[in-house]
Amino acid sequence: MSSDLQDLYQEVVLDHGKRPRNFREVEGANARALGHNPLCGDQLTVTLKVEDGVIRDVGFQGQGCAISRASASLMTGAVKDRTREEAEQLFEQVHKLVTEGPAEVDTEALGKLAVLSGVSEFPARVKCASLAWHTLRAALRGEAESVSTE
Amino acid sequence: MSGARLNVAKVRADFPILQQEVRGRPLVYLDSAASAQKPRAVIDAITNFYTHDNANVHRGVHFLSERSTVAFEAAREKVARFLHAKDSKEIVFVRGTTEAINLVAQTFGRKNIGPGDEVLITGLEHHANIVPWQMLCEQQGAKLKNIPVNADGDLALDRLDELLTPRTRILALTHVSNALGTVVPVKELIRRAHAKGIPVLVDGAQAVTHFPVDVVDLDCDFYAFSGHKLFGPMGIGVLYGKKERLEAMPPYQGGGDMILSVTMEKTLYNRVPYRFEAGTPDVAGAVGLGAAIDYLERVGMEAIAAHDRELLAYAEEVLGRVPGIRILGHGRERSGVVSFVMEDIHPHDIGTILDREGVAVRTGHHCAQPLMQCFGVAATVRASLALYNTREDVDALVQGLHKVREVFG
Repeated sequence: MSSDLQDLYQEVVLDHGKRPRNFREVEGANARALGHNPLCGDQLTVTLKVEDGVIRDVGFQGQGCAISRASASLMTGAVKDRTREEAEQLFEQVHKLVTEGPAEVDTEALGKLAVLSGVSEFPARVKCASLAWHTLRAALRGEAESVSTE
Repeated sequence: MSGARLNVAKVRADFPILQQEVRGRPLVYLDSAASAQKPRAVIDAITNFYTHDNANVHRGVHFLSERSTVAFEAAREKVARFLHAKDSKEIVFVRGTTEAINLVAQTFGRKNIGPGDEVLITGLEHHANIVPWQMLCEQQGAKLKNIPVNADGDLALDRLDELLTPRTRILALTHVSNALGTVVPVKELIRRAHAKGIPVLVDGAQAVTHFPVDVVDLDCDFYAFSGHKLFGPMGIGVLYGKKERLEAMPPYQGGGDMILSVTMEKTLYNRVPYRFEAGTPDVAGAVGLGAAIDYLERVGMEAIAAHDRELLAYAEEVLGRVPGIRILGHGRERSGVVSFVMEDIHPHDIGTILDREGVAVRTGHHCAQPLMQCFGVAATVRASLALYNTREDVDALVQGLHKVREVFG
Protein backbone atom coordinates (compact mmCIF):
# COMPACT_ATOMS: atom_id res chain seq x y z
CA MET A 1 0.00 0.00 0.00
CA SER A 2 1.32 3.47 -0.83
CA SER A 3 2.45 5.58 2.11
CA ASP A 4 -0.21 8.27 1.68
CA LEU A 5 -2.90 5.56 1.71
CA GLN A 6 -1.35 4.19 4.88
CA ASP A 7 -1.48 7.68 6.39
CA LEU A 8 -5.12 8.02 5.42
CA TYR A 9 -6.28 4.64 6.59
CA GLN A 10 -4.34 4.35 9.85
CA GLU A 11 -5.34 1.56 12.23
CA VAL A 12 -7.15 4.00 14.51
CA VAL A 13 -9.16 5.37 11.60
CA LEU A 14 -10.11 1.89 10.40
CA ASP A 15 -11.05 0.89 13.93
CA HIS A 16 -13.26 3.94 14.56
CA GLY A 17 -14.74 3.61 11.07
CA LYS A 18 -15.75 0.02 11.75
CA ARG A 19 -16.72 0.44 15.39
CA PRO A 20 -17.69 4.05 15.88
CA ARG A 21 -17.92 5.23 19.50
CA ASN A 22 -21.00 7.05 20.76
CA PHE A 23 -23.00 5.88 17.77
CA ARG A 24 -26.30 6.71 19.39
CA GLU A 25 -28.82 9.43 20.02
CA VAL A 26 -28.06 11.28 23.26
CA GLU A 27 -30.83 10.87 25.77
CA GLY A 28 -32.40 14.19 26.71
CA ALA A 29 -30.45 15.99 24.00
CA ASN A 30 -30.97 19.75 23.90
CA ALA A 31 -29.08 20.44 20.70
CA ARG A 32 -28.98 18.62 17.40
CA ALA A 33 -28.18 19.12 13.75
CA LEU A 34 -28.35 17.11 10.55
CA GLY A 35 -25.37 17.30 8.24
CA HIS A 36 -25.18 16.01 4.72
CA ASN A 37 -22.64 15.73 1.97
CA PRO A 38 -24.49 16.23 -1.30
CA LEU A 39 -21.47 14.90 -3.18
CA CYS A 40 -21.98 11.35 -1.96
CA GLY A 41 -25.36 11.38 -0.24
CA ASP A 42 -23.90 10.69 3.20
CA GLN A 43 -25.67 12.18 6.16
CA LEU A 44 -25.37 12.14 9.90
CA THR A 45 -27.11 13.57 12.91
CA VAL A 46 -25.22 14.94 15.90
CA THR A 47 -27.06 15.16 19.20
CA LEU A 48 -25.74 17.02 22.25
CA LYS A 49 -26.56 17.60 25.85
CA VAL A 50 -25.14 20.98 26.81
CA GLU A 51 -25.30 22.21 30.42
CA ASP A 52 -23.88 25.53 31.62
CA GLY A 53 -21.98 25.90 28.37
CA VAL A 54 -20.33 22.50 28.72
CA ILE A 55 -20.92 19.53 26.41
CA ARG A 56 -21.94 16.81 28.84
CA ASP A 57 -22.82 14.20 26.25
CA VAL A 58 -22.53 13.83 22.50
CA GLY A 59 -23.49 11.17 20.00
CA PHE A 60 -23.92 10.72 16.28
CA GLN A 61 -25.88 8.50 13.93
CA GLY A 62 -26.04 8.13 10.20
CA GLN A 63 -24.15 6.67 7.31
CA GLY A 64 -20.85 7.48 5.76
CA CYS A 65 -17.46 6.27 4.64
CA ALA A 66 -14.67 5.10 6.94
CA ILE A 67 -13.20 8.60 7.09
CA SER A 68 -16.44 10.37 7.99
CA ARG A 69 -17.42 7.75 10.57
CA ALA A 70 -13.97 7.76 12.15
CA SER A 71 -13.89 11.54 12.24
CA ALA A 72 -17.36 11.65 13.85
CA SER A 73 -16.44 8.95 16.34
CA LEU A 74 -13.18 10.66 17.32
CA MET A 75 -15.01 13.97 17.56
CA THR A 76 -17.47 12.64 20.11
CA GLY A 77 -14.57 11.53 22.31
CA ALA A 78 -12.71 14.80 21.89
CA VAL A 79 -15.46 17.31 22.65
CA LYS A 80 -17.09 15.59 25.59
CA ASP A 81 -16.76 17.69 28.76
CA ARG A 82 -15.40 20.61 26.81
CA THR A 83 -16.97 24.05 26.71
CA ARG A 84 -18.64 25.37 23.58
CA GLU A 85 -15.67 27.68 23.01
CA GLU A 86 -13.17 24.83 23.35
CA ALA A 87 -15.18 22.72 20.92
CA GLU A 88 -15.25 25.59 18.42
CA GLN A 89 -11.47 25.99 18.75
CA LEU A 90 -11.04 22.27 18.19
CA PHE A 91 -13.18 22.56 15.07
CA GLU A 92 -10.80 25.21 13.72
CA GLN A 93 -7.76 23.08 14.50
CA VAL A 94 -9.19 19.93 12.91
CA HIS A 95 -10.27 21.89 9.87
CA LYS A 96 -6.75 23.24 9.49
CA LEU A 97 -5.31 19.77 9.99
CA VAL A 98 -7.37 18.14 7.25
CA THR A 99 -7.05 21.00 4.78
CA GLU A 100 -3.49 22.23 5.32
CA GLY A 101 -1.72 19.29 6.93
CA PRO A 102 -0.08 18.43 10.25
CA ALA A 103 2.71 20.99 9.94
CA GLU A 104 0.18 23.80 10.37
CA VAL A 105 -1.26 22.70 13.73
CA ASP A 106 -0.18 21.59 17.16
CA THR A 107 -0.78 17.88 16.63
CA GLU A 108 0.15 16.98 20.19
CA ALA A 109 -2.65 19.14 21.52
CA LEU A 110 -5.04 17.35 19.18
CA GLY A 111 -4.34 13.96 20.73
CA LYS A 112 -6.00 11.09 18.88
CA LEU A 113 -7.51 13.48 16.35
CA ALA A 114 -4.04 13.77 14.81
CA VAL A 115 -4.72 10.49 12.99
CA LEU A 116 -6.87 12.53 10.59
CA SER A 117 -3.73 14.26 9.29
CA GLY A 118 -3.50 11.92 6.27
CA VAL A 119 -6.70 13.46 4.88
CA SER A 120 -4.81 16.59 3.81
CA GLU A 121 -3.16 14.56 1.02
CA PHE A 122 -6.62 13.66 -0.34
CA PRO A 123 -8.50 16.89 -1.16
CA ALA A 124 -11.53 14.92 -2.32
CA ARG A 125 -11.90 13.45 1.18
CA VAL A 126 -11.74 16.69 3.21
CA LYS A 127 -15.51 16.96 3.15
CA CYS A 128 -15.84 13.43 4.51
CA ALA A 129 -13.56 14.28 7.44
CA SER A 130 -15.17 17.62 8.23
CA LEU A 131 -18.86 16.68 7.91
CA ALA A 132 -19.28 15.70 11.57
CA TRP A 133 -17.47 18.84 12.72
CA HIS A 134 -19.60 21.18 10.63
CA THR A 135 -22.65 19.42 12.02
CA LEU A 136 -21.37 19.74 15.59
CA ARG A 137 -20.82 23.46 15.12
CA ALA A 138 -24.29 23.92 13.65
CA ALA A 139 -25.78 22.06 16.63
CA LEU A 140 -23.80 24.17 19.12
CA ARG A 141 -24.80 27.40 17.43
CA GLY A 142 -28.38 26.27 16.91
CA GLU A 143 -27.93 27.70 13.45
CA ALA A 144 -29.84 25.35 11.25
CA GLU A 145 -31.64 22.08 11.20
CA SER A 146 -29.46 20.95 8.35
CA VAL A 147 -25.94 21.79 7.23
CA SER A 148 -24.15 20.84 4.09
CA THR A 149 -20.51 20.43 3.17
CA GLU A 150 -21.19 22.20 -0.14
CA MET B 1 -13.82 0.04 -39.71
CA SER B 2 -17.62 0.12 -39.85
CA GLY B 3 -19.21 -3.30 -39.54
CA ALA B 4 -15.91 -4.84 -38.49
CA ARG B 5 -14.81 -5.80 -35.01
CA LEU B 6 -13.54 -2.83 -33.04
CA ASN B 7 -9.77 -2.44 -33.11
CA VAL B 8 -9.38 -1.21 -29.53
CA ALA B 9 -5.62 -0.71 -29.74
CA LYS B 10 -6.10 1.59 -32.72
CA VAL B 11 -8.95 3.41 -30.97
CA ARG B 12 -6.84 3.91 -27.84
CA ALA B 13 -4.07 5.46 -29.91
CA ASP B 14 -6.59 8.11 -31.00
CA PHE B 15 -7.05 9.34 -27.42
CA PRO B 16 -3.98 11.27 -26.22
CA ILE B 17 -5.14 11.44 -22.60
CA LEU B 18 -5.02 7.65 -22.28
CA GLN B 19 -1.29 7.61 -23.02
CA GLN B 20 -0.33 8.86 -19.57
CA GLU B 21 0.35 7.60 -16.09
CA VAL B 22 -1.55 8.84 -13.05
CA ARG B 23 -0.31 8.21 -9.50
CA GLY B 24 2.67 6.51 -11.14
CA ARG B 25 0.51 3.93 -12.92
CA PRO B 26 -1.03 3.64 -16.39
CA LEU B 27 -4.38 5.43 -16.42
CA VAL B 28 -7.40 3.12 -16.37
CA TYR B 29 -10.33 5.37 -17.13
CA LEU B 30 -13.66 3.82 -16.18
CA ASP B 31 -15.70 7.00 -15.68
CA SER B 32 -16.88 7.76 -19.20
CA ALA B 33 -20.53 7.89 -18.11
CA ALA B 34 -19.61 11.05 -16.20
CA SER B 35 -17.51 12.50 -18.98
CA ALA B 36 -15.84 10.70 -21.85
CA GLN B 37 -12.34 11.35 -23.16
CA LYS B 38 -11.74 13.13 -26.44
CA PRO B 39 -10.07 11.73 -29.55
CA ARG B 40 -7.33 13.73 -31.26
CA ALA B 41 -9.78 14.49 -34.08
CA VAL B 42 -12.01 16.46 -31.69
CA ILE B 43 -9.13 18.32 -30.08
CA ASP B 44 -7.75 19.20 -33.51
CA ALA B 45 -11.14 20.36 -34.77
CA ILE B 46 -11.45 22.81 -31.87
CA THR B 47 -7.87 24.04 -32.32
CA ASN B 48 -8.44 24.39 -36.04
CA PHE B 49 -11.62 26.38 -35.51
CA TYR B 50 -9.95 28.88 -33.19
CA THR B 51 -6.85 29.00 -35.39
CA HIS B 52 -8.58 29.62 -38.71
CA ASP B 53 -12.34 30.21 -38.53
CA ASN B 54 -13.23 31.97 -35.30
CA ALA B 55 -15.91 34.65 -35.71
CA ASN B 56 -19.50 35.13 -34.66
CA VAL B 57 -22.17 33.32 -36.63
CA HIS B 58 -25.20 34.35 -38.67
CA ARG B 59 -24.50 38.09 -38.41
CA GLY B 60 -21.23 39.06 -40.03
CA VAL B 61 -20.88 39.61 -43.76
CA HIS B 62 -17.15 39.01 -43.68
CA PHE B 63 -15.18 35.94 -44.65
CA LEU B 64 -14.55 34.46 -41.21
CA SER B 65 -18.14 34.91 -40.09
CA GLU B 66 -19.25 33.11 -43.18
CA ARG B 67 -16.84 30.25 -42.53
CA SER B 68 -17.81 30.03 -38.87
CA THR B 69 -21.50 29.93 -39.83
CA VAL B 70 -20.86 27.19 -42.36
CA ALA B 71 -18.96 25.14 -39.75
CA PHE B 72 -21.72 25.61 -37.16
CA GLU B 73 -24.49 24.61 -39.54
CA ALA B 74 -22.44 21.68 -40.83
CA ALA B 75 -22.24 20.43 -37.24
CA ARG B 76 -26.02 20.66 -37.02
CA GLU B 77 -26.29 18.55 -40.16
CA LYS B 78 -23.95 15.95 -38.65
CA VAL B 79 -26.05 15.72 -35.48
CA ALA B 80 -29.21 15.32 -37.56
CA ARG B 81 -27.56 12.54 -39.55
CA PHE B 82 -26.30 10.87 -36.37
CA LEU B 83 -29.78 10.80 -34.82
CA HIS B 84 -31.41 10.01 -38.18
CA ALA B 85 -33.58 13.11 -37.83
CA LYS B 86 -35.60 14.14 -40.87
CA ASP B 87 -34.39 17.72 -40.87
CA SER B 88 -31.43 19.56 -39.33
CA LYS B 89 -33.90 22.29 -38.28
CA GLU B 90 -35.03 19.82 -35.62
CA ILE B 91 -31.63 20.08 -33.93
CA VAL B 92 -31.23 22.77 -31.26
CA PHE B 93 -27.79 23.38 -29.80
CA VAL B 94 -27.86 23.80 -26.04
CA ARG B 95 -25.27 23.49 -23.25
CA GLY B 96 -26.10 19.89 -22.45
CA THR B 97 -28.79 17.38 -21.56
CA THR B 98 -29.76 19.33 -18.46
CA GLU B 99 -30.41 22.50 -20.42
CA ALA B 100 -32.30 20.57 -23.08
CA ILE B 101 -34.71 19.14 -20.50
CA ASN B 102 -35.11 22.50 -18.77
CA LEU B 103 -35.85 24.06 -22.14
CA VAL B 104 -38.68 21.62 -22.82
CA ALA B 105 -40.05 21.92 -19.29
CA GLN B 106 -40.09 25.71 -19.41
CA THR B 107 -41.47 26.10 -22.92
CA PHE B 108 -43.57 23.09 -23.89
CA GLY B 109 -44.31 22.49 -20.20
CA ARG B 110 -45.42 25.98 -19.23
CA LYS B 111 -47.58 26.22 -22.32
CA ASN B 112 -49.24 22.83 -22.08
CA ILE B 113 -49.23 21.77 -18.43
CA GLY B 114 -51.58 23.33 -15.92
CA PRO B 115 -53.13 22.80 -12.49
CA GLY B 116 -54.07 19.18 -11.84
CA ASP B 117 -52.13 17.89 -14.86
CA GLU B 118 -49.52 15.18 -14.50
CA VAL B 119 -45.93 14.69 -15.63
CA LEU B 120 -44.75 11.11 -15.71
CA ILE B 121 -41.09 10.22 -15.27
CA THR B 122 -39.43 6.98 -14.07
CA GLY B 123 -37.64 5.81 -10.95
CA LEU B 124 -34.47 5.44 -13.04
CA GLU B 125 -34.00 9.13 -13.71
CA HIS B 126 -31.01 11.16 -12.65
CA HIS B 127 -31.63 14.55 -11.12
CA ALA B 128 -31.55 16.40 -14.45
CA ASN B 129 -34.72 14.59 -15.52
CA ILE B 130 -36.43 14.98 -12.14
CA VAL B 131 -35.74 18.49 -10.89
CA PRO B 132 -36.81 20.48 -13.99
CA TRP B 133 -40.15 18.67 -13.86
CA GLN B 134 -40.49 19.22 -10.12
CA MET B 135 -39.88 22.92 -10.71
CA LEU B 136 -42.43 22.98 -13.50
CA CYS B 137 -45.02 21.13 -11.42
CA GLU B 138 -44.54 23.62 -8.58
CA GLN B 139 -44.91 26.55 -10.96
CA GLN B 140 -48.00 25.17 -12.69
CA GLY B 141 -49.72 23.30 -9.87
CA ALA B 142 -49.19 19.98 -11.64
CA LYS B 143 -48.28 16.61 -10.18
CA LEU B 144 -45.10 14.59 -10.75
CA LYS B 145 -45.52 10.80 -10.91
CA ASN B 146 -43.06 8.06 -11.69
CA ILE B 147 -42.92 4.53 -13.04
CA PRO B 148 -41.37 2.42 -10.28
CA VAL B 149 -38.24 0.31 -10.65
CA ASN B 150 -38.25 -3.37 -9.73
CA ALA B 151 -35.51 -5.26 -7.88
CA ASP B 152 -33.70 -6.07 -11.14
CA GLY B 153 -33.53 -2.42 -12.11
CA ASP B 154 -36.18 -2.70 -14.82
CA LEU B 155 -39.20 -0.43 -14.99
CA ALA B 156 -42.44 -1.95 -13.70
CA LEU B 157 -44.13 -1.67 -17.08
CA ASP B 158 -47.23 -3.47 -15.88
CA ARG B 159 -48.01 -0.18 -14.09
CA LEU B 160 -47.66 1.94 -17.22
CA ASP B 161 -51.26 1.99 -18.42
CA GLU B 162 -52.53 2.92 -15.00
CA LEU B 163 -49.91 5.69 -14.69
CA LEU B 164 -50.62 7.17 -18.12
CA THR B 165 -53.85 8.90 -17.19
CA PRO B 166 -56.05 11.37 -19.09
CA ARG B 167 -54.21 14.10 -17.11
CA THR B 168 -50.71 13.02 -18.21
CA ARG B 169 -49.25 15.76 -20.40
CA ILE B 170 -45.75 14.36 -21.02
CA LEU B 171 -43.69 11.25 -20.37
CA ALA B 172 -40.00 12.05 -19.77
CA LEU B 173 -37.67 9.11 -19.39
CA THR B 174 -34.10 8.00 -19.74
CA HIS B 175 -32.99 5.74 -22.56
CA VAL B 176 -30.21 4.16 -20.47
CA SER B 177 -29.90 4.51 -16.68
CA ASN B 178 -26.66 6.28 -15.75
CA ALA B 179 -26.55 4.46 -12.41
CA LEU B 180 -27.49 0.88 -13.35
CA GLY B 181 -27.03 0.69 -17.10
CA THR B 182 -30.61 -0.51 -17.60
CA VAL B 183 -31.69 0.00 -21.21
CA VAL B 184 -35.29 1.16 -21.18
CA PRO B 185 -37.49 -0.17 -24.00
CA VAL B 186 -38.29 3.39 -24.99
CA LYS B 187 -39.80 2.49 -28.35
CA GLU B 188 -42.50 0.43 -26.66
CA LEU B 189 -43.15 3.12 -24.04
CA ILE B 190 -43.38 5.81 -26.71
CA ARG B 191 -45.88 3.71 -28.66
CA ARG B 192 -48.02 3.19 -25.57
CA ALA B 193 -47.85 6.88 -24.58
CA HIS B 194 -48.65 8.03 -28.12
CA ALA B 195 -51.67 5.70 -28.19
CA LYS B 196 -53.03 7.99 -25.47
CA GLY B 197 -51.88 11.17 -27.21
CA ILE B 198 -49.05 11.81 -24.76
CA PRO B 199 -45.74 13.24 -26.06
CA VAL B 200 -42.45 11.71 -24.94
CA LEU B 201 -39.05 13.19 -24.11
CA VAL B 202 -36.09 10.80 -24.05
CA ASP B 203 -32.91 11.58 -22.10
CA GLY B 204 -30.35 9.91 -24.33
CA ALA B 205 -27.16 11.08 -22.60
CA GLN B 206 -26.07 7.54 -21.74
CA ALA B 207 -27.46 5.89 -24.87
CA VAL B 208 -25.97 7.71 -27.86
CA THR B 209 -22.46 6.75 -26.77
CA HIS B 210 -23.14 3.02 -26.85
CA PHE B 211 -25.45 2.16 -29.73
CA PRO B 212 -27.10 3.71 -32.80
CA VAL B 213 -30.16 5.86 -32.13
CA ASP B 214 -32.86 6.62 -34.69
CA VAL B 215 -35.30 9.26 -33.49
CA VAL B 216 -37.68 8.66 -36.39
CA ASP B 217 -37.83 4.94 -35.69
CA LEU B 218 -38.33 5.63 -31.96
CA ASP B 219 -40.92 8.29 -32.85
CA CYS B 220 -39.94 10.31 -29.75
CA ASP B 221 -41.06 13.93 -29.60
CA PHE B 222 -37.85 15.13 -27.94
CA TYR B 223 -34.41 13.57 -27.52
CA ALA B 224 -31.59 15.12 -25.45
CA PHE B 225 -27.89 14.39 -25.09
CA SER B 226 -24.60 16.04 -24.08
CA GLY B 227 -21.50 16.49 -26.21
CA HIS B 228 -18.99 15.72 -23.48
CA LYS B 229 -20.34 12.21 -22.94
CA LEU B 230 -20.20 11.60 -26.68
CA PHE B 231 -16.42 12.16 -26.80
CA GLY B 232 -17.00 15.80 -27.73
CA PRO B 233 -16.42 19.03 -25.83
CA MET B 234 -18.00 20.09 -22.55
CA GLY B 235 -20.66 22.81 -22.62
CA ILE B 236 -22.39 21.72 -25.82
CA GLY B 237 -25.43 19.51 -26.11
CA VAL B 238 -28.40 18.79 -28.29
CA LEU B 239 -32.14 18.92 -28.07
CA TYR B 240 -33.85 17.11 -30.92
CA GLY B 241 -37.51 18.00 -31.28
CA LYS B 242 -40.05 17.07 -33.91
CA LYS B 243 -40.42 20.17 -36.04
CA GLU B 244 -44.12 20.61 -35.33
CA ARG B 245 -43.42 20.36 -31.60
CA LEU B 246 -40.62 22.93 -31.69
CA GLU B 247 -42.66 25.28 -33.87
CA ALA B 248 -45.54 25.20 -31.39
CA MET B 249 -43.28 26.09 -28.45
CA PRO B 250 -42.65 29.63 -27.18
CA PRO B 251 -39.04 30.85 -26.91
CA TYR B 252 -36.87 29.89 -23.96
CA GLN B 253 -34.34 32.68 -23.43
CA GLY B 254 -34.45 36.10 -25.10
CA GLY B 255 -31.75 37.86 -27.10
CA GLY B 256 -29.36 37.30 -29.97
CA ASP B 257 -30.18 34.84 -32.67
CA MET B 258 -33.67 34.02 -31.45
CA ILE B 259 -34.93 37.31 -32.85
CA LEU B 260 -36.12 38.42 -36.28
CA SER B 261 -36.86 42.02 -35.35
CA VAL B 262 -37.27 44.08 -32.22
CA THR B 263 -39.11 47.30 -31.57
CA MET B 264 -39.64 48.72 -28.11
CA GLU B 265 -43.20 47.42 -28.36
CA LYS B 266 -42.79 43.98 -29.84
CA THR B 267 -40.32 41.28 -30.84
CA LEU B 268 -40.72 38.94 -33.76
CA TYR B 269 -39.10 35.60 -32.99
CA ASN B 270 -36.89 33.68 -35.36
CA ARG B 271 -37.86 30.32 -36.81
CA VAL B 272 -36.76 27.03 -35.27
CA PRO B 273 -34.16 26.01 -34.27
CA TYR B 274 -32.70 29.54 -33.94
CA ARG B 275 -35.64 30.61 -31.78
CA PHE B 276 -34.15 28.49 -29.01
CA GLU B 277 -30.53 29.57 -29.47
CA ALA B 278 -30.35 32.92 -27.73
CA GLY B 279 -26.98 34.65 -27.54
CA THR B 280 -23.73 33.67 -29.17
CA PRO B 281 -23.64 29.89 -29.42
CA ASP B 282 -20.69 27.66 -28.55
CA VAL B 283 -19.56 27.36 -32.15
CA ALA B 284 -16.28 25.64 -31.33
CA GLY B 285 -18.22 23.23 -29.13
CA ALA B 286 -20.61 22.41 -31.96
CA VAL B 287 -17.70 21.95 -34.37
CA GLY B 288 -15.99 19.66 -31.83
CA LEU B 289 -19.20 17.69 -31.41
CA GLY B 290 -19.46 17.35 -35.17
CA ALA B 291 -15.90 16.00 -35.23
CA ALA B 292 -16.78 13.51 -32.48
CA ILE B 293 -19.73 12.28 -34.54
CA ASP B 294 -17.52 11.93 -37.62
CA TYR B 295 -15.07 9.95 -35.52
CA LEU B 296 -17.73 7.62 -34.09
CA GLU B 297 -19.17 7.02 -37.53
CA ARG B 298 -15.72 6.14 -38.84
CA VAL B 299 -15.30 3.61 -36.03
CA GLY B 300 -18.87 2.44 -36.54
CA MET B 301 -21.67 2.55 -33.98
CA GLU B 302 -22.53 -1.12 -34.56
CA ALA B 303 -18.94 -2.12 -33.78
CA ILE B 304 -19.02 0.09 -30.69
CA ALA B 305 -22.26 -1.53 -29.53
CA ALA B 306 -20.81 -5.02 -29.99
CA HIS B 307 -17.66 -4.06 -28.07
CA ASP B 308 -19.80 -2.60 -25.29
CA ARG B 309 -21.88 -5.79 -24.96
CA GLU B 310 -18.81 -8.03 -24.90
CA LEU B 311 -16.91 -5.91 -22.37
CA LEU B 312 -19.91 -5.45 -20.09
CA ALA B 313 -20.50 -9.21 -19.99
CA TYR B 314 -16.83 -9.74 -19.11
CA ALA B 315 -16.94 -7.06 -16.39
CA GLU B 316 -20.05 -8.55 -14.81
CA GLU B 317 -18.50 -12.01 -14.88
CA VAL B 318 -15.16 -11.12 -13.27
CA LEU B 319 -16.58 -8.60 -10.81
CA GLY B 320 -19.15 -11.14 -9.74
CA ARG B 321 -16.29 -13.41 -8.65
CA VAL B 322 -14.76 -10.81 -6.28
CA PRO B 323 -15.75 -11.80 -2.74
CA GLY B 324 -18.28 -9.47 -1.13
CA ILE B 325 -19.35 -7.72 -4.33
CA ARG B 326 -23.03 -7.12 -5.01
CA ILE B 327 -23.84 -5.84 -8.47
CA LEU B 328 -26.94 -3.64 -8.63
CA GLY B 329 -29.19 -3.91 -11.61
CA HIS B 330 -29.83 -7.12 -13.47
CA GLY B 331 -32.26 -5.71 -15.96
CA ARG B 332 -33.23 -7.49 -19.17
CA GLU B 333 -30.93 -5.30 -21.22
CA ARG B 334 -28.00 -3.26 -19.94
CA SER B 335 -25.37 -1.03 -21.43
CA GLY B 336 -22.11 0.60 -20.51
CA VAL B 337 -22.26 0.57 -16.73
CA VAL B 338 -21.59 -1.83 -13.85
CA SER B 339 -22.71 -0.48 -10.49
CA PHE B 340 -21.82 -2.33 -7.32
CA VAL B 341 -21.36 -2.23 -3.57
CA MET B 342 -18.86 -4.21 -1.53
CA GLU B 343 -19.85 -5.58 1.87
CA ASP B 344 -19.76 -2.74 4.40
CA ILE B 345 -16.96 -0.82 2.71
CA HIS B 346 -18.17 2.58 1.63
CA PRO B 347 -17.86 3.39 -2.09
CA HIS B 348 -15.86 6.54 -1.35
CA ASP B 349 -13.19 4.51 0.41
CA ILE B 350 -13.14 2.09 -2.52
CA GLY B 351 -12.83 4.98 -4.96
CA THR B 352 -9.87 6.48 -3.11
CA ILE B 353 -7.95 3.21 -3.02
CA LEU B 354 -8.70 2.47 -6.70
CA ASP B 355 -7.52 5.96 -7.58
CA ARG B 356 -4.16 5.21 -5.98
CA GLU B 357 -3.98 2.22 -8.34
CA GLY B 358 -4.59 4.51 -11.32
CA VAL B 359 -8.18 3.33 -11.75
CA ALA B 360 -10.77 6.09 -12.17
CA VAL B 361 -14.33 5.12 -11.24
CA ARG B 362 -17.27 7.14 -10.03
CA THR B 363 -18.44 6.66 -6.47
CA GLY B 364 -21.53 8.23 -5.00
CA HIS B 365 -25.21 8.47 -5.81
CA HIS B 366 -24.63 9.38 -9.48
CA CYS B 367 -27.16 12.20 -9.17
CA ALA B 368 -29.85 9.55 -8.90
CA GLN B 369 -30.69 9.65 -5.21
CA PRO B 370 -34.27 8.37 -5.52
CA LEU B 371 -32.94 5.30 -7.35
CA MET B 372 -30.29 4.73 -4.66
CA GLN B 373 -33.02 4.92 -2.02
CA CYS B 374 -34.95 2.35 -3.99
CA PHE B 375 -32.02 -0.08 -3.66
CA GLY B 376 -31.44 0.85 0.00
CA VAL B 377 -27.94 2.24 -0.55
CA ALA B 378 -26.56 5.77 -0.26
CA ALA B 379 -23.99 5.25 -2.96
CA THR B 380 -22.39 2.73 -5.30
CA VAL B 381 -19.15 2.24 -7.17
CA ARG B 382 -19.79 2.69 -10.85
CA ALA B 383 -17.43 1.47 -13.53
CA SER B 384 -18.51 2.84 -16.88
CA LEU B 385 -17.16 1.52 -20.14
CA ALA B 386 -16.42 3.13 -23.46
CA LEU B 387 -15.06 2.15 -26.83
CA TYR B 388 -11.46 2.63 -25.64
CA ASN B 389 -11.75 0.29 -22.65
CA THR B 390 -10.27 -3.20 -22.65
CA ARG B 391 -10.45 -6.41 -20.67
CA GLU B 392 -7.14 -5.33 -19.12
CA ASP B 393 -8.86 -2.21 -17.75
CA VAL B 394 -11.49 -4.40 -16.12
CA ASP B 395 -8.76 -6.69 -14.74
CA ALA B 396 -7.02 -3.64 -13.22
CA LEU B 397 -10.29 -2.75 -11.52
CA VAL B 398 -10.57 -6.24 -10.08
CA GLN B 399 -6.95 -6.10 -8.85
CA GLY B 400 -7.71 -2.77 -7.22
CA LEU B 401 -10.72 -4.26 -5.45
CA HIS B 402 -8.50 -6.95 -3.98
CA LYS B 403 -6.32 -4.10 -2.62
CA VAL B 404 -9.42 -2.59 -1.07
CA ARG B 405 -10.08 -5.86 0.73
CA GLU B 406 -6.48 -5.91 1.98
CA VAL B 407 -6.78 -2.39 3.45
CA PHE B 408 -10.11 -3.09 5.12
CA GLY B 409 -9.16 -6.57 6.21
